[in-house]
Amino acid sequence: MPNRPDPPTRAVTLTVNGTARTVHVAPWVSLLDTLRDHLDLTGSKKGCDHGQCGACTVICNGQRILSCLTLAVMQDGAEITTIEGIGAEGKLHPLQEAFIAYDAFQCGYCTPGQICSSIAMIEAGHGNTREEVKDLMSGNLCRCGANTNIIDAIMAVKDGAHE
Amino acid sequence: MNNFDYLRAGTIKEAVRGIATQPANQFIAGGTNLIDLWKYDLTHPARLIDLNGLDELKTITELPDGGLRLGALVSNNATAYHPIVEERYPLLSRTILAGATAQIRNSATNGGNLLQRTRCYYFYDVASPCNKRVPGSGCPAIEGQNRLHAILGESAQCIATHPSDMAVALAALEAVVQVTGPEGQRSIPIADFHRLPGNTPERDNTLAADELITSIDLPATGYAAHHSYLKLRDRNSYAFALVSVATGLELEDGKITRARIAVGGVAHKPWRKPAAEDALIDKEPSPEAFGAAADILLAGATGYGHNDFKIELARRAIIRNGAMALDPSCQRPGAQPSL
Ligand SMILES: Cc1cc2nc3c(=O)[nH]c(=O)nc-3n(C[C@H](O)[C@H](O)[C@H](O)COP(=O)(O)OP(=O)(O)OC[C@H]3O[C@@H](n4cnc5c(N)ncnc54)[C@H](O)[C@@H]3O)c2cc1C
Ligand code: SF4
Ligand code: FES
Ligand code: FES
Repeated sequence: MPNRPDPPTRAVTLTVNGTARTVHVAPWVSLLDTLRDHLDLTGSKKGCDHGQCGACTVICNGQRILSCLTLAVMQDGAEITTIEGIGAEGKLHPLQEAFIAYDAFQCGYCTPGQICSSIAMIEAGHGNTREEVKDLMSGNLCRCGANTNIIDAIMAVKDGAHE
Repeated sequence: MNNFDYLRAGTIKEAVRGIATQPANQFIAGGTNLIDLWKYDLTHPARLIDLNGLDELKTITELPDGGLRLGALVSNNATAYHPIVEERYPLLSRTILAGATAQIRNSATNGGNLLQRTRCYYFYDVASPCNKRVPGSGCPAIEGQNRLHAILGESAQCIATHPSDMAVALAALEAVVQVTGPEGQRSIPIADFHRLPGNTPERDNTLAADELITSIDLPATGYAAHHSYLKLRDRNSYAFALVSVATGLELEDGKITRARIAVGGVAHKPWRKPAAEDALIDKEPSPEAFGAAADILLAGATGYGHNDFKIELARRAIIRNGAMALDPSCQRPGAQPSL
């Protein structure tokens, strides 16, 4: 493919974890690369960059999406929550506490995506049984195999054991 | 990967004009297929025309004939969880929830879902020949790895399957795709939307490059009482179908008065044959009746080695799904029992 001259960068404003931030990015820069490389928010991970692992899951306008398969320019004006915006200094989110209590991670690489994904699932009111939660969390792979404990942690929060 | 320019369309007119100006321009909706293909160097847009500003394509509305209009830009998840879809078209709701993952379905749109490309391994590998990607270069799948591939309607040029789950339910529901282009609007019945590969496997469907899908319209009949989507795959969730079946039935006094069966994972498009459905009329919904319908539906099926198993699997799936359709409550939304 003949490469064309680069088009100008675009100003994109994202409200990330409650703060409006403007970046200047080329049209092809993914939301994930924008968060990691332009906004220094490296909590969201790049596992595959192809929509297959869920490590890049963020909450965008209230919904969990894969930040590697959307472009920053497409999200101009959006409200994004990343793992950095969940919980506060000295006060973990109940899911973060549950992940510790239930030993729901080993290397931790998938964890930011798992936590963003499960928070959005619970907020959407989905996943009424363990079986459904497993299905609805299947987009977040864990190569360390902590899956059973991850589901345990989510079920504990859903059942109110970790408020 | 090439660079590209970007335009967020404010109106349908602007979107259609944006596409017409340059053949390499492409629409983008959820981006979940396009961005993936672009990263693999399989597609090379000059400019992306973003459809996400077209609010008129983001609604689900009831039609005067009792049907339902699904806007092209409504997400797959918003469609699946829409109260009217859940109540009147549970077959569609369950089918959508059996596809991809929650994150992908939140971004993926109804129009984009129909236009996703095949998952043939060779199509994805730029180092391989592939008639769909580079017309005339050959089809290594025919003699190669073809576990995912077609057993029906294939050609000597291409044996790829269409990967969409949603399209299989839409085929059973006899949906109509509404499109707008420079010459105005037209309606494409779903059966004519996707095509068989023939000598032009580079074309997946009958949509013109400068046409925009505006909606997918469902007819009034939704088979809410008797329906099922059975998706068979290598793992219980987050995998493409090896074989899938969407079945909708209407029954009176224990006999079938109307039947629709569409099979996914077996062809370049959802596979349906009215003769197979007619053979079920006035029959009791028994394994024998569904077996006879399966024989008509799968007549002429050919295996290519790794996908030989699909012929028997499809037959059994049609029979089992007929039984599941009688009692939709045995199916849990989006989840089949696993360990
Ligand atoms: C890991 C993974 C697993 C998946 N598993 C499944 C699965 O199990 N089952 C399944 O069915 N799907 C699956 N998918 C595919 C997914 O459903 C599609 O990627 C999605 O539906 C595409 O929709 P989109 O809106 O993101 O399309 P985009 O990527 O935005 O666009 C796709 C194509 O459609 C064109 N387009 C989009 N909207 C319009 C319109 N309104 N008019 C004209 N052209 C348009 C674009 O130009 C592009 O060519 C999977 C995807 C991934 C990444
Ligand atoms: S089956 Fe079709 S898509 Fe796959 S290699 Fe052959 S031509 Fe290409
Ligand atoms: S990095 Fe986005 S899904 Fe793997
Ligand atoms: S904890 Fe290591 S990938 Fe999940």
